[in-house]
Amino acid sequence: MESRKVELQVNGRVHAVLLAPNVTLLQALRDLGYTDVKNGCEKGDCGACAVLLDGVAVNSCLVLAWQAEGARITTNAGLGTLEHPHPIQEAFADAGAVQCGFCTPGMVIATKALLARNADPTDDEIRDALSGNLCRCTGYGQIVTAVRLTAERLRRSSLSPSSSLREAGRERGPTDRVLVSDDVTEVGDDS
Amino acid sequence: MSLPAFELLQPGTLSKALKLLDETPTAVPIAGGTCLLVDLRRRAASADVLLDLSRVQELRRIEIADGKLVIGATVTIAKLLASPAVERCAGVLREACKTFAAPLVRNRATIGGNLVHASPAADTAPPLLLLDAAVELQAHGRKRLMPLARFFAGPCETRLRRGYLLTAVRIPVLEGTPRWAYEKLRLRNANAISVVSVAALTVPTGDGPPEVRIAIGAVAPIPIRARDAEEALRGTELTERAIVTAAKIAAEEARPIDDIRGSSGYRRREVEVLVRRCLSRLMKSDGGETDGE
Repeated sequence: MESRKVELQVNGRVHAVLLAPNVTLLQALRDLGYTDVKNGCEKGDCGACAVLLDGVAVNSCLVLAWQAEGARITTNAGLGTLEHPHPIQEAFADAGAVQCGFCTPGMVIATKALLARNADPTDDEIRDALSGNLCRCTGYGQIVTAVRLTAERLRRSSLSPSSSLREAGRERGPTDRVLVSDDVTEVGDDS
Repeated sequence: MSLPAFELLQPGTLSKALKLLDETPTAVPIAGGTCLLVDLRRRAASADVLLDLSRVQELRRIEIADGKLVIGATVTIAKLLASPAVERCAGVLREACKTFAAPLVRNRATIGGNLVHASPAADTAPPLLLLDAAVELQAHGRKRLMPLARFFAGPCETRLRRGYLLTAVRIPVLEGTPRWAYEKLRLRNANAISVVSVAALTVPTGDGPPEVRIAIGAVAPIPIRARDAEEALRGTELTERAIVTAAKIAAEEARPIDDIRGSSGYRRREVEVLVRRCLSRLMKSDGGETDGE
Protein backbone atom coordinates (compact mmCIF):
# COMPACT_ATOMS: atom_id res chain seq x y z
CA MET A 1 0.00 0.00 0.00
CA GLU A 2 1.90 3.00 -1.34
CA SER A 3 1.37 6.43 0.11
CA ARG A 4 1.45 9.34 -2.26
CA LYS A 5 1.51 13.10 -2.03
CA VAL A 6 -2.01 14.50 -2.17
CA GLU A 7 -2.95 18.15 -2.29
CA LEU A 8 -5.92 18.96 -0.11
CA GLN A 9 -7.44 22.41 -0.39
CA VAL A 10 -9.00 23.14 2.98
CA ASN A 11 -10.65 26.43 3.91
CA GLY A 12 -8.63 28.21 1.24
CA ARG A 13 -5.27 26.68 2.16
CA VAL A 14 -3.53 24.03 0.13
CA HIS A 15 -1.82 21.27 2.07
CA ALA A 16 0.52 18.81 0.40
CA VAL A 17 0.17 15.66 2.46
CA LEU A 18 1.67 12.20 2.17
CA LEU A 19 -1.30 9.86 2.51
CA ALA A 20 -1.95 6.13 2.32
CA PRO A 21 -4.93 5.17 0.12
CA ASN A 22 -7.00 3.92 3.07
CA VAL A 23 -6.97 7.24 4.94
CA THR A 24 -10.39 8.87 5.06
CA LEU A 25 -10.84 12.57 4.48
CA LEU A 26 -12.02 12.79 8.10
CA GLN A 27 -8.78 11.32 9.39
CA ALA A 28 -6.62 13.46 7.10
CA LEU A 29 -8.41 16.65 8.14
CA ARG A 30 -8.15 15.93 11.85
CA ASP A 31 -4.47 15.02 11.52
CA LEU A 32 -3.92 18.33 9.72
CA GLY A 33 -5.41 20.09 12.74
CA TYR A 34 -8.96 20.63 11.48
CA THR A 35 -10.36 19.17 14.67
CA ASP A 36 -13.62 21.04 14.23
CA VAL A 37 -14.46 18.07 11.99
CA LYS A 38 -15.68 15.52 14.54
CA ASN A 39 -15.32 11.77 14.44
CA GLY A 40 -18.70 10.41 15.52
CA CYS A 41 -19.91 7.10 14.11
CA GLU A 42 -17.54 6.55 11.16
CA LYS A 43 -20.39 5.05 9.13
CA GLY A 44 -22.35 7.97 7.76
CA ASP A 45 -25.12 7.87 10.34
CA CYS A 46 -24.36 10.92 12.51
CA GLY A 47 -23.12 13.78 10.31
CA ALA A 48 -20.62 15.06 12.92
CA CYS A 49 -17.83 14.83 10.31
CA ALA A 50 -19.74 16.78 7.63
CA VAL A 51 -17.73 19.07 5.38
CA LEU A 52 -18.47 20.79 2.08
CA LEU A 53 -16.81 19.26 -1.00
CA ASP A 54 -17.12 21.87 -3.73
CA GLY A 55 -20.13 23.21 -1.85
CA VAL A 56 -21.80 19.80 -1.44
CA ALA A 57 -22.27 18.54 2.13
CA VAL A 58 -20.85 15.06 2.68
CA ASN A 59 -19.78 12.80 5.52
CA SER A 60 -15.98 13.02 5.46
CA CYS A 61 -15.75 9.57 7.09
CA LEU A 62 -17.11 8.08 3.86
CA VAL A 63 -14.75 9.89 1.50
CA LEU A 64 -11.23 8.63 0.91
CA ALA A 65 -8.72 11.48 1.18
CA TRP A 66 -7.40 10.66 -2.29
CA GLN A 67 -10.93 11.15 -3.66
CA ALA A 68 -11.03 14.69 -2.26
CA GLU A 69 -7.98 15.84 -4.18
CA GLY A 70 -8.81 18.78 -6.42
CA ALA A 71 -11.98 19.66 -4.51
CA ARG A 72 -12.55 22.74 -2.40
CA ILE A 73 -12.99 21.43 1.13
CA THR A 74 -14.78 23.68 3.63
CA THR A 75 -15.10 22.89 7.31
CA ASN A 76 -17.07 24.72 9.96
CA ALA A 77 -13.92 26.64 10.94
CA GLY A 78 -13.56 27.79 7.36
CA LEU A 79 -16.90 29.59 7.50
CA GLY A 80 -15.99 31.92 10.34
CA THR A 81 -13.79 32.52 13.36
CA LEU A 82 -14.47 33.34 16.99
CA GLU A 83 -13.87 37.04 16.22
CA HIS A 84 -15.80 36.95 12.95
CA PRO A 85 -18.39 34.21 13.19
CA HIS A 86 -20.47 33.24 10.20
CA PRO A 87 -24.15 34.23 10.56
CA ILE A 88 -25.02 30.53 10.97
CA GLN A 89 -22.55 30.18 13.84
CA GLU A 90 -23.83 33.40 15.40
CA ALA A 91 -27.42 32.22 15.19
CA PHE A 92 -26.53 28.82 16.72
CA ALA A 93 -25.01 30.66 19.71
CA ASP A 94 -27.88 33.12 19.98
CA ALA A 95 -30.56 30.44 19.80
CA GLY A 96 -28.91 28.21 22.40
CA ALA A 97 -28.50 25.53 19.74
CA VAL A 98 -25.15 24.41 21.15
CA GLN A 99 -25.13 22.11 24.15
CA CYS A 100 -22.12 19.77 24.28
CA GLY A 101 -21.15 21.15 20.87
CA PHE A 102 -20.02 17.89 19.30
CA CYS A 103 -22.66 17.85 16.56
CA THR A 104 -22.48 21.60 15.96
CA PRO A 105 -19.80 21.78 13.22
CA GLY A 106 -21.72 19.19 11.17
CA MET A 107 -25.03 20.93 11.82
CA VAL A 108 -23.52 24.23 10.67
CA ILE A 109 -22.21 22.62 7.47
CA ALA A 110 -25.57 20.99 6.71
CA THR A 111 -27.25 24.34 7.35
CA LYS A 112 -24.84 26.11 5.01
CA ALA A 113 -25.68 23.61 2.24
CA LEU A 114 -29.43 24.01 2.86
CA LEU A 115 -29.41 27.83 2.83
CA ALA A 116 -27.29 27.92 -0.33
CA ARG A 117 -30.15 26.36 -2.27
CA ASN A 118 -33.13 27.48 -0.20
CA ALA A 119 -33.05 30.92 1.42
CA ASP A 120 -36.43 30.53 3.10
CA PRO A 121 -36.85 26.92 4.26
CA THR A 122 -39.89 25.68 6.15
CA ASP A 123 -39.38 23.85 9.45
CA ASP A 124 -40.02 20.55 7.63
CA GLU A 125 -37.38 21.40 5.04
CA ILE A 126 -34.94 22.30 7.82
CA ARG A 127 -35.60 19.02 9.61
CA ASP A 128 -35.17 17.09 6.38
CA ALA A 129 -31.91 18.87 5.52
CA LEU A 130 -30.50 18.12 8.98
CA SER A 131 -31.91 14.59 9.15
CA GLY A 132 -28.48 13.04 8.63
CA ASN A 133 -27.06 14.95 11.61
CA LEU A 134 -27.62 13.53 15.07
CA CYS A 135 -27.59 15.57 18.29
CA ARG A 136 -27.14 13.23 21.25
CA CYS A 137 -28.11 16.11 23.59
CA THR A 138 -31.39 16.06 21.59
CA GLY A 139 -31.48 19.83 21.35
CA TYR A 140 -33.20 19.72 17.97
CA GLY A 141 -35.78 22.40 18.76
CA GLN A 142 -33.15 25.09 19.27
CA ILE A 143 -31.17 23.88 16.25
CA VAL A 144 -34.19 24.29 13.99
CA THR A 145 -34.75 27.71 15.56
CA ALA A 146 -31.11 28.64 14.84
CA VAL A 147 -31.45 27.70 11.17
CA ARG A 148 -34.67 29.68 10.87
CA LEU A 149 -33.01 32.62 12.63
CA THR A 150 -30.04 32.51 10.24
CA ALA A 151 -32.35 32.46 7.24
CA GLU A 152 -34.34 35.40 8.57
CA ARG A 153 -31.22 37.42 9.31
CA LEU A 154 -29.63 36.69 5.94
CA ARG A 155 -32.82 37.56 4.10
CA ARG A 156 -33.07 40.81 6.04
CA SER A 157 -29.40 41.66 5.47
CA SER A 158 -29.63 40.87 1.77
CA LEU A 159 -32.05 43.80 1.57
CA SER A 160 -29.34 46.11 2.90
CA PRO A 161 -26.27 45.98 0.66
CA SER A 162 -23.69 46.86 3.32
CA SER A 163 -24.43 43.86 5.51
CA SER A 164 -24.66 41.33 2.68
CA LEU A 165 -21.12 42.33 1.75
CA ARG A 166 -20.18 41.64 5.33
CA GLU A 167 -21.11 37.99 4.90
CA ALA A 168 -19.38 37.61 1.58
CA GLY A 169 -16.17 39.03 3.04
CA ARG A 170 -16.07 36.37 5.70
CA GLU A 171 -15.56 33.50 3.33
CA ARG A 172 -11.95 33.23 2.43
CA GLY A 173 -10.73 32.98 -1.12
CA PRO A 174 -9.66 29.69 -2.64
CA THR A 175 -5.91 30.01 -2.23
CA ASP A 176 -4.88 32.30 0.59
CA ARG A 177 -1.70 30.45 1.14
CA VAL A 178 -0.04 27.63 -0.73
CA LEU A 179 2.34 25.38 1.12
CA VAL A 180 5.28 24.27 -0.95
CA SER A 181 6.11 20.61 -1.22
CA ASP A 182 8.85 20.59 1.41
CA ASP A 183 6.08 21.36 3.86
CA VAL A 184 4.73 17.87 3.23
CA THR A 185 3.03 16.56 6.32
CA GLU A 186 2.96 12.86 6.89
CA VAL A 187 -0.35 11.52 8.11
CA GLY A 188 -0.49 8.04 9.60
CA ASP A 189 -2.99 5.41 8.54
CA ASP A 190 -3.02 3.44 11.76
CA SER A 191 -4.82 5.69 14.21
CA MET B 1 -11.87 0.84 13.64
CA SER B 2 -9.64 1.97 10.79
CA LEU B 3 -9.99 0.80 7.23
CA PRO B 4 -8.02 -2.28 6.15
CA ALA B 5 -5.07 -1.74 3.82
CA PHE B 6 -5.83 -1.61 0.10
CA GLU B 7 -4.46 -0.23 -3.14
CA LEU B 8 -6.54 2.51 -4.76
CA LEU B 9 -6.65 2.82 -8.55
CA GLN B 10 -8.01 6.12 -9.86
CA PRO B 11 -8.66 5.99 -13.60
CA GLY B 12 -9.80 9.17 -15.32
CA THR B 13 -11.72 7.54 -18.17
CA LEU B 14 -14.06 4.59 -18.62
CA SER B 15 -11.74 2.79 -21.05
CA LYS B 16 -8.89 3.10 -18.56
CA ALA B 17 -11.16 1.83 -15.77
CA LEU B 18 -12.18 -1.21 -17.84
CA LYS B 19 -8.57 -1.91 -18.74
CA LEU B 20 -7.54 -1.78 -15.07
CA LEU B 21 -10.41 -4.10 -14.18
CA ASP B 22 -9.30 -6.47 -16.94
CA GLU B 23 -5.78 -6.53 -15.51
CA THR B 24 -7.00 -6.80 -11.90
CA PRO B 25 -10.37 -8.59 -12.00
CA THR B 26 -10.51 -8.79 -8.21
CA ALA B 27 -10.51 -5.00 -7.89
CA VAL B 28 -13.66 -3.78 -6.17
CA PRO B 29 -15.25 -0.68 -7.72
CA ILE B 30 -15.94 2.21 -5.37
CA ALA B 31 -17.91 5.36 -6.15
CA GLY B 32 -19.77 7.03 -3.26
CA GLY B 33 -18.40 4.53 -0.77
CA THR B 34 -21.42 4.90 1.50
CA CYS B 35 -21.87 1.12 1.72
CA LEU B 36 -18.45 -0.23 0.80
CA LEU B 37 -16.37 1.83 3.23
CA VAL B 38 -18.73 0.95 6.06
CA ASP B 39 -18.53 -2.76 5.17
CA LEU B 40 -14.73 -2.64 4.83
CA ARG B 41 -14.39 -0.91 8.18
CA ARG B 42 -16.42 -3.53 10.03
CA ARG B 43 -14.66 -6.26 8.02
CA ALA B 44 -17.93 -7.38 6.39
CA ALA B 45 -16.23 -6.91 3.02
CA SER B 46 -12.64 -7.24 1.96
CA ALA B 47 -10.68 -5.86 -0.97
CA ASP B 48 -7.00 -5.75 -1.79
CA VAL B 49 -7.59 -3.27 -4.59
CA LEU B 50 -10.28 -0.62 -4.97
CA LEU B 51 -11.13 0.88 -8.34
CA ASP B 52 -12.25 4.47 -7.75
CA LEU B 53 -14.84 5.52 -10.33
CA SER B 54 -15.31 9.05 -9.02
CA ARG B 55 -13.04 10.58 -11.68
CA VAL B 56 -14.76 8.88 -14.63
CA GLN B 57 -16.90 11.57 -16.26
CA GLU B 58 -18.65 9.17 -18.68
CA LEU B 59 -20.41 7.44 -15.79
CA ARG B 60 -22.00 10.62 -14.46
CA ARG B 61 -24.36 11.39 -17.36
CA ILE B 62 -28.12 11.47 -17.43
CA GLU B 63 -29.47 11.50 -20.99
CA ILE B 64 -32.40 10.46 -23.11
CA ALA B 65 -31.39 8.42 -26.16
CA ASP B 66 -33.40 6.07 -28.43
CA GLY B 67 -36.46 6.22 -26.21
CA LYS B 68 -34.46 5.34 -23.11
CA LEU B 69 -33.57 7.38 -20.08
CA VAL B 70 -29.92 6.46 -19.55
CA ILE B 71 -28.49 7.09 -16.09
CA GLY B 72 -24.74 6.67 -15.58
CA ALA B 73 -23.71 4.33 -12.78
CA THR B 74 -22.12 7.01 -10.60
CA VAL B 75 -24.98 9.50 -10.77
CA THR B 76 -25.71 10.30 -7.12
CA ILE B 77 -29.12 10.04 -5.51
CA ALA B 78 -29.02 13.84 -5.03
CA LYS B 79 -28.44 14.32 -8.77
CA LEU B 80 -31.38 12.01 -9.56
CA LEU B 81 -33.56 14.16 -7.30
CA ALA B 82 -32.42 17.32 -9.12
CA SER B 83 -32.81 15.96 -12.67
CA PRO B 84 -35.79 17.23 -14.73
CA ALA B 85 -35.40 14.20 -17.06
CA VAL B 86 -35.76 11.80 -14.12
CA GLU B 87 -38.75 13.76 -12.84
CA ARG B 88 -40.40 13.58 -16.26
CA CYS B 89 -39.59 9.98 -17.23
CA ALA B 90 -39.12 8.18 -13.91
CA GLY B 91 -41.17 10.04 -11.28
CA VAL B 92 -41.52 6.92 -9.16
CA LEU B 93 -37.72 6.55 -8.97
CA ARG B 94 -37.47 10.17 -7.87
CA GLU B 95 -40.07 9.56 -5.17
CA ALA B 96 -38.06 6.66 -3.76
CA CYS B 97 -34.91 8.81 -3.75
CA LYS B 98 -36.63 11.31 -1.45
CA THR B 99 -36.55 8.79 1.39
CA PHE B 100 -33.11 7.36 0.56
CA ALA B 101 -30.94 7.54 3.72
CA ALA B 102 -30.35 11.25 4.49
CA PRO B 103 -29.11 14.27 2.50
CA LEU B 104 -25.42 13.86 3.39
CA VAL B 105 -25.49 10.24 2.15
CA ARG B 106 -27.63 11.11 -0.89
CA ASN B 107 -24.86 13.50 -1.96
CA ARG B 108 -22.41 10.57 -2.25
CA ALA B 109 -24.42 7.37 -2.78
CA THR B 110 -24.85 6.38 -6.43
CA ILE B 111 -27.53 4.50 -8.37
CA GLY B 112 -24.99 1.94 -9.58
CA GLY B 113 -23.68 1.39 -6.08
CA ASN B 114 -27.18 0.87 -4.75
CA LEU B 115 -27.88 -1.80 -7.40
CA VAL B 116 -24.51 -3.58 -7.22
CA HIS B 117 -24.72 -3.75 -3.43
CA ALA B 118 -27.99 -5.61 -4.11
CA SER B 119 -29.58 -5.27 -0.71
CA PRO B 120 -33.12 -6.76 -0.72
CA ALA B 121 -34.10 -3.32 0.64
CA ALA B 122 -32.26 -1.27 -2.03
CA ASP B 123 -34.41 1.85 -2.40
CA THR B 124 -33.90 2.37 -6.12
CA ALA B 125 -34.71 -1.24 -7.04
CA PRO B 126 -38.53 -1.45 -6.83
CA PRO B 127 -39.07 1.69 -8.96
CA LEU B 128 -36.52 0.50 -11.52
CA LEU B 129 -38.09 -2.99 -11.68
CA LEU B 130 -41.44 -1.31 -12.17
CA LEU B 131 -40.06 0.65 -15.13
CA ASP B 132 -38.55 -2.50 -16.72
CA ALA B 133 -35.06 -1.03 -16.40
CA ALA B 134 -32.01 -2.81 -17.78
CA VAL B 135 -28.43 -2.52 -16.60
CA GLU B 136 -25.57 -1.92 -19.01
CA LEU B 137 -22.57 -4.09 -18.12
CA GLN B 138 -19.16 -3.46 -19.63
CA ALA B 139 -15.86 -5.26 -19.59
CA HIS B 140 -12.71 -4.41 -21.53
CA GLY B 141 -13.91 -4.63 -25.18
CA ARG B 142 -17.29 -6.13 -24.27
CA LYS B 143 -20.69 -4.70 -23.52
CA ARG B 144 -24.02 -6.31 -22.67
CA LEU B 145 -27.46 -5.43 -21.40
CA MET B 146 -29.30 -7.37 -18.72
CA PRO B 147 -32.83 -6.84 -17.44
CA LEU B 148 -32.59 -5.59 -13.86
CA ALA B 149 -35.02 -8.36 -12.86
CA ARG B 150 -32.30 -10.87 -13.85
CA PHE B 151 -29.42 -8.91 -12.32
CA PHE B 152 -30.29 -9.64 -8.68
CA ALA B 153 -29.28 -13.17 -7.64
CA GLY B 154 -29.82 -13.14 -3.88
CA PRO B 155 -29.27 -10.99 -0.80
CA CYS B 156 -26.25 -8.81 -1.70
CA GLU B 157 -25.53 -11.05 -4.72
CA THR B 158 -25.73 -10.14 -8.39
CA ARG B 159 -25.06 -11.80 -11.75
CA LEU B 160 -22.31 -9.28 -12.46
CA ARG B 161 -19.41 -11.32 -13.79
CA ARG B 162 -15.82 -10.77 -12.80
CA GLY B 163 -14.18 -8.13 -14.97
CA TYR B 164 -17.50 -6.42 -15.68
CA LEU B 165 -18.59 -3.02 -14.46
CA LEU B 166 -22.17 -1.80 -14.16
CA THR B 167 -21.88 1.35 -16.28
CA ALA B 168 -25.45 2.60 -16.71
CA VAL B 169 -29.12 1.99 -16.04
CA ARG B 170 -31.46 2.17 -19.05
CA ILE B 171 -35.12 2.94 -18.50
CA PRO B 172 -37.62 2.71 -21.37
CA VAL B 173 -39.51 5.99 -21.61
CA LEU B 174 -43.20 5.09 -21.42
CA GLU B 175 -45.71 6.47 -23.92
CA GLY B 176 -48.72 8.39 -22.70
CA THR B 177 -49.03 9.39 -19.08
CA PRO B 178 -48.25 6.57 -16.70
CA ARG B 179 -49.29 7.12 -13.11
CA TRP B 180 -47.47 5.79 -10.10
CA ALA B 181 -47.62 5.46 -6.33
CA TYR B 182 -44.88 4.64 -3.82
CA GLU B 183 -44.89 3.65 -0.15
CA LYS B 184 -41.91 2.96 2.10
CA LEU B 185 -42.57 1.65 5.57
CA ARG B 186 -39.69 2.65 7.83
CA LEU B 187 -39.04 2.88 11.54
CA ARG B 188 -37.79 6.46 11.44
CA ASN B 189 -37.85 9.26 8.89
CA ALA B 190 -34.18 9.45 7.93
CA ASN B 191 -31.33 6.99 7.54
CA ALA B 192 -33.90 4.20 7.63
CA ILE B 193 -33.64 0.88 5.84
CA SER B 194 -37.08 0.01 4.55
CA VAL B 195 -39.17 -2.61 6.36
CA VAL B 196 -41.36 -2.94 3.27
CA SER B 197 -41.48 -0.81 0.15
CA VAL B 198 -44.10 -0.94 -2.59
CA ALA B 199 -44.10 0.81 -5.94
CA ALA B 200 -47.01 0.62 -8.36
CA LEU B 201 -47.58 1.99 -11.83
CA THR B 202 -50.41 2.08 -14.35
CA VAL B 203 -49.61 2.30 -18.05
CA PRO B 204 -52.36 3.32 -20.48
CA THR B 205 -52.98 0.61 -23.13
CA GLY B 206 -55.17 2.50 -25.59
CA ASP B 207 -58.78 1.32 -25.41
CA GLY B 208 -58.56 -1.28 -22.67
CA PRO B 209 -57.93 -0.93 -18.96
CA PRO B 210 -54.42 0.22 -18.08
CA GLU B 211 -51.63 -2.25 -17.42
CA VAL B 212 -50.86 -2.41 -13.72
CA ARG B 213 -47.35 -3.09 -12.44
CA ILE B 214 -46.35 -3.73 -8.83
CA ALA B 215 -42.88 -4.07 -7.32
CA ILE B 216 -42.02 -4.86 -3.71
CA GLY B 217 -38.81 -4.47 -1.76
CA ALA B 218 -37.33 -5.80 1.50
CA VAL B 219 -39.73 -8.77 1.59
CA ALA B 220 -37.85 -11.42 -0.42
CA PRO B 221 -34.20 -12.38 -1.01
CA ILE B 222 -34.22 -9.84 -3.86
CA PRO B 223 -36.49 -6.93 -4.80
CA ILE B 224 -39.26 -8.40 -6.99
CA ARG B 225 -42.24 -7.68 -9.22
CA ALA B 226 -45.49 -9.09 -7.83
CA ARG B 227 -46.21 -10.91 -11.11
CA ASP B 228 -49.15 -12.99 -9.84
CA ALA B 229 -50.90 -9.91 -8.53
CA GLU B 230 -50.23 -8.11 -11.82
CA GLU B 231 -51.63 -11.13 -13.71
CA ALA B 232 -54.79 -11.07 -11.58
CA LEU B 233 -55.35 -7.46 -12.63
CA ARG B 234 -54.67 -8.00 -16.33
CA GLY B 235 -57.48 -6.75 -18.55
CA THR B 236 -59.63 -5.65 -15.63
CA GLU B 237 -60.45 -2.18 -14.40
CA LEU B 238 -59.04 -1.21 -11.02
CA THR B 239 -61.99 -1.64 -8.68
CA GLU B 240 -61.98 -1.81 -4.89
CA ARG B 241 -62.68 -5.51 -5.10
CA ALA B 242 -59.92 -6.21 -7.62
CA ILE B 243 -57.50 -4.21 -5.48
CA VAL B 244 -58.27 -6.20 -2.33
CA THR B 245 -57.72 -9.45 -4.22
CA ALA B 246 -54.49 -8.29 -5.86
CA ALA B 247 -53.09 -7.05 -2.54
CA LYS B 248 -53.70 -10.47 -0.96
CA ILE B 249 -51.96 -12.18 -3.87
CA ALA B 250 -48.98 -9.81 -3.61
CA ALA B 251 -48.68 -10.64 0.10
CA GLU B 252 -48.58 -14.35 -0.85
CA GLU B 253 -45.79 -13.67 -3.34
CA ALA B 254 -43.64 -12.06 -0.66
CA ARG B 255 -41.10 -14.27 1.10
CA PRO B 256 -40.13 -12.05 4.02
CA ILE B 257 -37.76 -12.87 6.85
CA ASP B 258 -37.74 -11.93 10.52
CA ASP B 259 -35.14 -9.34 11.39
CA ILE B 260 -34.48 -6.40 13.67
CA ARG B 261 -36.86 -4.21 11.67
CA GLY B 262 -39.88 -6.49 11.67
CA SER B 263 -41.20 -10.05 11.72
CA SER B 264 -42.01 -11.91 8.54
CA GLY B 265 -45.71 -11.97 9.48
CA TYR B 266 -45.77 -8.20 9.98
CA ARG B 267 -44.00 -7.65 6.68
CA ARG B 268 -46.41 -9.89 4.76
CA ARG B 269 -49.36 -8.08 6.29
CA GLU B 270 -47.81 -4.71 5.41
CA VAL B 271 -47.28 -5.77 1.79
CA GLU B 272 -51.03 -6.29 1.56
CA VAL B 273 -51.77 -2.94 3.22
CA LEU B 274 -49.29 -0.94 1.15
CA VAL B 275 -50.22 -2.56 -2.18
CA ARG B 276 -53.86 -1.80 -1.44
CA ARG B 277 -52.96 1.77 -0.53
CA CYS B 278 -50.90 2.32 -3.70
CA LEU B 279 -53.50 0.78 -6.02
CA SER B 280 -56.33 2.71 -4.38
CA ARG B 281 -54.48 5.93 -5.07
CA LEU B 282 -53.99 4.93 -8.70
CA MET B 283 -57.70 4.08 -8.98
CA LYS B 284 -58.72 7.48 -7.60
CA SER B 285 -56.34 9.69 -9.57
CA ASP B 286 -58.04 10.27 -12.89
CA GLY B 287 -55.76 12.91 -14.37
CA GLY B 288 -52.47 12.31 -16.13
CA GLU B 289 -50.60 13.78 -13.18
CA THR B 290 -48.36 11.51 -11.25
CA ASP B 291 -49.50 11.21 -7.70
CA GLY B 292 -46.95 10.63 -4.99
CA GLU B 293 -48.93 11.80 -1.99
